[in-house]
Amino acid sequence: MAYAAGVDVGSTQTKCVVLDEERRIVARALTDTGANVTRAAQRAFDEAIASAGMRRSDILCVVGTGYGRFKVTFGDFQITEISCHAKGACSMFPGTRTVIDMGGQDAKGIKVLDGEVLDFVMNDKCAAGTGRFLATAAEVLAVPLDAIGALALQARNPVRLSTVCTVFVESDIMAYLAQGKKVPDILGGIHSAIAARTVALVRRVGLEPEITFTGGVSLNVGMVRALEDKLGLHLNVCEDSHYMGAIGAAAFALERGLAHSTGNVA
Amino acid sequence: MAETAYQGRLHLLQKDLMSQYYGELTAAAEGSGVPAAYLLIGGNPVELLRALDILPVYPEVNALQLAVKKQSLAHIQAAEGMGYSTDNCAYVKADIGLYFAGRKTPFATIPEPSLLLCNYVGCNVYLHWFDHLAEYTKRPTFHLDIPFIRNASGRPSSDDMAYVLRQLEQLVAVCEEIAGKRLDPQRLRRAVELSSQTGRLWSEIKHLTKSAPTPYDAYFDSVTMMAPLYCLRGTEEGLTFFQTARDEYAQMAADGKGPLEREDFRFVIEGPPPWPYLRVFRDMFARWNAVAVASTYSTVGGLWEFGFAHDPDHPMESIAEHLLTWNLTNRNFLQRYDQIDRYLKEWNADALVIHSVKSCRLFSAGQGDMRDYFTQRGVPTLLVESDLEDPRYFSEAQMRTRIDAFFESLAHRKLTAAASS
Repeated sequence: MAYAAGVDVGSTQTKCVVLDEERRIVARALTDTGANVTRAAQRAFDEAIASAGMRRSDILCVVGTGYGRFKVTFGDFQITEISCHAKGACSMFPGTRTVIDMGGQDAKGIKVLDGEVLDFVMNDKCAAGTGRFLATAAEVLAVPLDAIGALALQARNPVRLSTVCTVFVESDIMAYLAQGKKVPDILGGIHSAIAARTVALVRRVGLEPEITFTGGVSLNVGMVRALEDKLGLHLNVCEDSHYMGAIGAAAFALERGLAHSTGNVA
Repeated sequence: MAETAYQGRLHLLQKDLMSQYYGELTAAAEGSGVPAAYLLIGGNPVELLRALDILPVYPEVNALQLAVKKQSLAHIQAAEGMGYSTDNCAYVKADIGLYFAGRKTPFATIPEPSLLLCNYVGCNVYLHWFDHLAEYTKRPTFHLDIPFIRNASGRPSSDDMAYVLRQLEQLVAVCEEIAGKRLDPQRLRRAVELSSQTGRLWSEIKHLTKSAPTPYDAYFDSVTMMAPLYCLRGTEEGLTFFQTARDEYAQMAADGKGPLEREDFRFVIEGPPPWPYLRVFRDMFARWNAVAVASTYSTVGGLWEFGFAHDPDHPMESIAEHLLTWNLTNRNFLQRYDQIDRYLKEWNADALVIHSVKSCRLFSAGQGDMRDYFTQRGVPTLLVESDLEDPRYFSEAQMRTRIDAFFESLAHRKLTAAASS
């Protein structure tokens, strides 16, 4: 059995996934990226293969992706996270035509066909509408990050946010708290504002179902609901959506590794 | 990593000629007595100045040279300290900062202006730029009001032409006073003739990039040649430079040589370059064996490759034509689409890259629509954003990811197209 790994070094977290020849996930690992990118990549990879009782020599090929892809020094290839999220989303949900990826600092819309990128858009040099924005809001409201989505679903009268600026949102939230607004209503407003911004961004590539939601923010149930409400469409989400970049990288690694081992190099 | 460094005869000649030009600027700054006029790149009427021995000084060229030499930020911040907004054009801020820092650069000391010739009024910020310089320098300003091309035909009306010609007469009178002599029609005719020959050579050079491989990069190498094109046009030295460039690139085209070892992608590029990160930006394309075969920004001061050349028999009329019709900045958006469309087809390009800059909202406005326009016509189009002067707006990791992802998908499209054919 051949195995291949994908290492997705994101701005906030580093993910590693190992796939077998049948594209089944046999190992995964997650670690904070921190300041030493190469070490984080190595750590995620070592943890993943150790959890499956493997050694480096068992892995046919390693593809690095994400902002730190060039720091995956033990990798064989680097591919952008845009191609990898598309690849990963299509391996998990083959009917995918649009990918919405929300990570720590990026929001992306990717138009795909048969796993290949046709077009993409990204937020520009601004963390509004990304995981960082939600993390800032969670911190100001003193709510654990993994709890904000469920709380947002309890909103009865969501506030209308006047800013999507990650820096200014803090003072906005303080103002709402001072007015006596409830935490779920503030979170409901925040999720709704980010969803509206993301949908507007993704519409630029032309939204076509099926839509697969990937990246760390896809674990947030409040954001899944907010996006579905704005779109009027169902989103494909799975428990491994967070790992989608790494899954795609591992799928590329598998293809390239197998092609290389059979001498059929594209 | 693909190698992009190429130093031919023309590069050495450019270094020599530009040093000579900057030497003249420094001499003027130090009291040579030669008058200097500040003017703008868009449709620059440099022939008039050359015919009267007035040195042309382009604050935009000085600003971009500062950016290339990574010296723009201190001047930008100095201008912001004076009250210029962070959102203001960084060319303006770098220039104002430089002015108050004593006008000294690593390449020249910039002389005080004898005249501030605001020849491009399509940018309201530029109007204020020259008004501010007038206030700081206490020197006269001449606003040459060039009506924008505002109809679908892309031609100025006869009234527009008459309006510009009348202003050029007034400008000649102002320049004569500054130069302390009358305009000699034979000198003007010669300057326009040199400009005409230079324009024809530049056009030939631009058509050479239709070859595969292209003999030079029509963005990164073309924008470099904009310095002699604007600063030396209308002089014998300027003509010599473009003869050398034409000969050298024509030889490279004949020999099948290009700036890259292999040419996998040919693209057209719209928008100014990120001058503070020119090399980094270039290598982001070179690593994909991607080369520019045409660029709109290299036509910002004049568009010669579609048939225009100055006419020595009608010097004033052809200067007016150049100002009105034959430079990118004065043309309407339909003309900009048409220009890109011609490049894509006639230069046989695979894709369009749009580099949008924060400094110049007037130039960048509409580029989102432009992206949609070409995408809808099946042209793979990438829009990236940074700045032409302010290094704080260049996010290397984000830029690299966008460019890599674009070429990854383009490579796949080529592969699948080849497999299905």
